[in-house]
Amino acid sequence: MNTYDKKFEALANVVLAILCLTCVVPLLLLIMSSLTSEDALMHNGYALFPQKISLDAYHYLWFSRAQILRAYEMTLVATLVGTLSNVTLTTLFAYPLSRKSLPGRNFFSFAVFFTLLFNGGMIPTYLMWVQVFNIKDTFWALIIPNLLMNGFGIIVMRTYFTTSIPNEILEAARIDGAGETRSLLSIVLPLSKPILSTIALLSGLAYWNDWLNGLYYLVKRTDFYTIQNLLNRLIASADFISNNAANSSITAGLTVPSVGVRMAIAVIALIPIMIIYPFLQKGFVKGIVIGSVKG
Amino acid sequence: MESEKKNLGRRIIRHMPLYLMMLPGLAYIVINNYMPLAGLQLAFKKFKYSLGIWESPWNGLKNFTYLLRTGDAWIIIRNTLGYNLMFIFLGTLLAIVVAILLDSVQHKRLQQTYQTVILIPYLISYVIVSYIVYALLGESNGMINNSILKALGQQAVPWYSDPKYWPYILTFVQLWKTFGYCSIIYFATIMGIDKSFYEAAVVDGASTWQQITCITLPMLKPVIITLTLLSIGRIFYSDFGLFYQVPMNTGLLYNATNTIDTYVYRGLLETNDVGRASAAGFIQSVLGFLLVLGTNAIVRKVEKEQALF
Repeated sequence: MNTYDKKFEALANVVLAILCLTCVVPLLLLIMSSLTSEDALMHNGYALFPQKISLDAYHYLWFSRAQILRAYEMTLVATLVGTLSNVTLTTLFAYPLSRKSLPGRNFFSFAVFFTLLFNGGMIPTYLMWVQVFNIKDTFWALIIPNLLMNGFGIIVMRTYFTTSIPNEILEAARIDGAGETRSLLSIVLPLSKPILSTIALLSGLAYWNDWLNGLYYLVKRTDFYTIQNLLNRLIASADFISNNAANSSITAGLTVPSVGVRMAIAVIALIPIMIIYPFLQKGFVKGIVIGSVKG
Repeated sequence: MESEKKNLGRRIIRHMPLYLMMLPGLAYIVINNYMPLAGLQLAFKKFKYSLGIWESPWNGLKNFTYLLRTGDAWIIIRNTLGYNLMFIFLGTLLAIVVAILLDSVQHKRLQQTYQTVILIPYLISYVIVSYIVYALLGESNGMINNSILKALGQQAVPWYSDPKYWPYILTFVQLWKTFGYCSIIYFATIMGIDKSFYEAAVVDGASTWQQITCITLPMLKPVIITLTLLSIGRIFYSDFGLFYQVPMNTGLLYNATNTIDTYVYRGLLETNDVGRASAAGFIQSVLGFLLVLGTNAIVRKVEKEQALF
């Protein structure tokens, strides 16, 4: 039953439609920018309806595809390896924490929670990964620092295990002689698909969109660049050299394509997310809702 | 006593498989989250790359006095706190309004579509967002200067060379990227409110406005408190992507775009000024931590259930 005024509902529809346009129009502009011909760009700038459409940027990308394909491949590999490791580590850590009988359970839970409140910050973290673990210019720089596991995921998953998996089932399994590994694999995991997919989605998105690890740790090995790193480096060039001389050294060694081409790369980086998102939308929403409530 | 100890020992042995499961994750947390804490001492040291964190010589409070003397400290702390306060206030307001509007839409398909679309900006990385902002604001070929200001007969605005526009631009971009995410949290809470409250209110003749102010908002209060508390705890932190990528690391704009996070990054990797940067990082970590403890203590006094710990 609708308890609100009809007029209010109509107003809500108008406001929400405008907000939705605000969300989508900038993406259209990005796509149109990549399709604008160079001289239309010179004369009229970027526009939602450019005077002359051209596929030149995409042609250029196709002919110099080696660099882009390589970056795409790195993004895919990092996302797959990272997400799988994240879900595995998080599950293996959260399941024992959900068992009430585990000695030291509170201590470990606190150790996880504390990481959300206090951290050493960027400089100590950076120096540790670089000087102690020599992660600079390795593939692992894309996977390990910061993204591999986080306290929030552990707390959310532990809460799910304690509230959604009845203790009686685990007890029964134990009486039937199932060990802990067996219980986890054949009882807990099949019952936990929603939370597993939620953690996987959030982690997958974080890896796909990450450019920080590459910015920090990939200095010489630009062949490990993901598509986001590539885009990040291409920004700091062309028109911006004049504004910030320090940036000019950054693009040394990379061929800097025209602005339209860079827009095209951004579009290509965005497409997979936009294609997959509608199918996974429910999972995302669930993840946001679960993640926001304290564990 | 003796038997209890023995018992604990036996319980630990019995749970060995569980401890083994936790081992990789525990190792990761120790390395990624706890080991860097020791590096906070750098704020009091004169860092030399060749000597590392432990061997570098002590430096007293010099890093802090340098930081304060340059005036950078004032700018980055003002920017970090100022932007965050603005984001918390406007962001919460917008998210609640959108959540209430979403809830009032009766057509389920439409409601679903709105929800899907407003979440899209959240999925886009700041690198790509900065390309979009550039397409809008670029000085010679941005859409605003060319398609809108020109049509209105206005002069082109040099967006990327004048810091005065950036408080508005950055606030707008931040709200654009996060409002969908935040409103979905509030929307989920509204969906959980018992519908019979509203039905009873309508029977008593309550208007839409009264239903919102007397039922929805009071029911949202716990979530508002929790989320605001979480954001206040992060008030010394800023989204590096927003403040570094969106202004495209432009030096002319630093006055309006430099925050603690961008300052620390530049100190470490661009200007090689590790001393002052680690002093700023130290202030961020420690004050941030104290602030969470403080706000949590206050909330625990006022509304016990809403405290985080």
